[in-house]
Amino acid sequence: MADVTLRKVVKRYDDVEAVRGIDLDIADHEFVVLVGPSGCGKSTTLRMIAGLEDISDGDIMIGGDVVNDVPPKDRDIAMVFQNYALYPHMTVAENMSFGLRLKNYPKAEIKSRVTEAARMLDITDLVDRKPKQLSGGQRQRVAMGRAIVRNPKVFLFDEPLSNLDAKLRVQMRIEIKKVHQKVRTTTVYVTHDQVEAMTLADRVVVMNHGRIEQIGTPNELYHKPATRFVASFIGSPAMNFVPCRLEDVGGKLHVRLTDRLAFPLPPARAARYSAVSRTDKLLLGIRPEHVMEARPHAEPGVEPFDAVLDVTEPMGMETLVYFTLEGTQVCGRVNPNAGAQDGSPLRLAVDLNNMHLLNEVTGAVL
Amino acid sequence: MVDVTLQPNRVTATQAVRKRSGLRNALRRKSTVAFVMALPLILLILILVVYPALYSLHLATLNKSMAKFVGFGNFEFLFKRDTFWLVVKQSCIFAISAVIFKALIGFIVAHFVHNVPAKKQRKWRGMLLVPWVIPPAMSTLAWLWLFDPSYSAFNYTLSFFGIGPIPWTGDAMWARFSVILVNVWYGAPFFMIMYLAALKSVPEQLYEAAAIDGANWWQRIWYVTLPMMRNIIAITTLFSLIVTFANFDIVRILTAGGPLDHTHIFATWAFRVGIEGSDVPLGASVSLFMVPILAVAAVFILRDISKRGNEA
Repeated sequence: MADVTLRKVVKRYDDVEAVRGIDLDIADHEFVVLVGPSGCGKSTTLRMIAGLEDISDGDIMIGGDVVNDVPPKDRDIAMVFQNYALYPHMTVAENMSFGLRLKNYPKAEIKSRVTEAARMLDITDLVDRKPKQLSGGQRQRVAMGRAIVRNPKVFLFDEPLSNLDAKLRVQMRIEIKKVHQKVRTTTVYVTHDQVEAMTLADRVVVMNHGRIEQIGTPNELYHKPATRFVASFIGSPAMNFVPCRLEDVGGKLHVRLTDRLAFPLPPARAARYSAVSRTDKLLLGIRPEHVMEARPHAEPGVEPFDAVLDVTEPMGMETLVYFTLEGTQVCGRVNPNAGAQDGSPLRLAVDLNNMHLLNEVTGAVL
Repeated sequence: MVDVTLQPNRVTATQAVRKRSGLRNALRRKSTVAFVMALPLILLILILVVYPALYSLHLATLNKSMAKFVGFGNFEFLFKRDTFWLVVKQSCIFAISAVIFKALIGFIVAHFVHNVPAKKQRKWRGMLLVPWVIPPAMSTLAWLWLFDPSYSAFNYTLSFFGIGPIPWTGDAMWARFSVILVNVWYGAPFFMIMYLAALKSVPEQLYEAAAIDGANWWQRIWYVTLPMMRNIIAITTLFSLIVTFANFDIVRILTAGGPLDHTHIFATWAFRVGIEGSDVPLGASVSLFMVPILAVAAVFILRDISKRGNEA
């Protein structure tokens, strides 16, 4: 077990910079998820930690040692690939023990480690099968077993669940979390699925265009996003962004969305945004759960307004409603009994205590 | 809606036609059509393979003048001849060593070509296939000139290093070496192209997984590449073994079996005995000896393939 440190790590392919100077400290036992859209450099970063890609610049340290020029086999890491990368001609047990056999571990030790890992992953009955005779989920378990038996310093996961169907993905997600709770090995996990990132991670690293946008716990990212990219990437349905500007009406700070629609800011928010220029082009960032049906006795900061719904999506425990504000589509989540119907008007309310204000030009959250 | 109302009428119409003609009905069946389409090939095989094979079986039981049935007489005669056993030995040496070197060189070259960047790879692939594309009778003639004891390029070049002149086709051991060398030169590109295709089908991530598991380059070849290529290796080896065993042109042109029969293999000796020696039944008996030897090899190799067939 060990900590992993990245210092100004850069990856260049000819004249394209895939990773543009990343700094990252991963503590011992920590589960860190790299998340971002495809082409953001997250897989490249993981492969550089694994040693499968050379680094163009910077340093990578595992357990305090710089491993820039150390080949993968000497980094004491284990990796789980998207397509599992099981050796098709070996049985499950042989697949799992391959690394140990190469290192000439005693037979008894290999057997006990494989048995232990198979028991942990519930694949004891499968150890004599070939990968071809396994289902996708079972192969994924074997690939994890192969990583576990090595007892490495670091686990690396490269989109391990993207080849599974949705139901199995949820199940394996829980399995991975359970395994990490048991073995506590430092883990770096790459995914493009923000739900996976949120549910698995101790800390999430959001990447975009080869740079880190924000590092934080899932809750920090959700409630205090640093940039528009993070705000829109984390959370489903995504955060709404409505063009707006600030104005003073009767000595109170208001956020104006349209000519007819302006809300007074709650005191805490008003204090925070008082210095923001009144002429700046701004965006009001508001998550769908903070746009709900209006209730008779609203808390302070929850402002009612009328909207005509374009589309409603009943989800069972809630109904998603979509309406348009000055050409911008906004999503809200209302109680299924609130009477939301396609094309009909509904009195909604927006919870400004949970609003975000963003600079439209820079994308920064103010 | 119109289509739907029309459908039943069409079905009854075809049924009526079916009842009318039994022959047309037979032609309609897929298996019949398949048989008719394959008929030209089946006829070709019957005329060019099955008939000669059966005829050579018949020939092998006749005496030299092809007038009297002698049963296994020709074989009994062959077993007593030292030259026959020399040919058996030489055929085995020739085929096995040539196939081993073809496979080895093909494997190594395939790895080099595999690592050449995609753009240049096509050129290399094309150039490396040239020996296999040229008709061997012609390329062997070029080799014959290269091997010429007094005027050849080989001996001329070697003379600068104080070596030679080497009797490439004059000495028994050198002649065997030369024959095998030319056969390897001719056959290695086939292995190269087959192995290259097999290499390309091995997923890159298996090598990455092996690299992380701690395998060095040799272990990656041993534990990943070779097992993944096993079926291709087995099939190409079998195929090449058959073709090499039955080789005629290279030996015929390069040494004509000489010196003193020391490079004869089954096909060339059968030709020498049967056509040049005017003992067609004896020649047929010689050539029939390839069948059991190759059959044993085929059974072993194919059994191994079907055993693993459902793996990858």
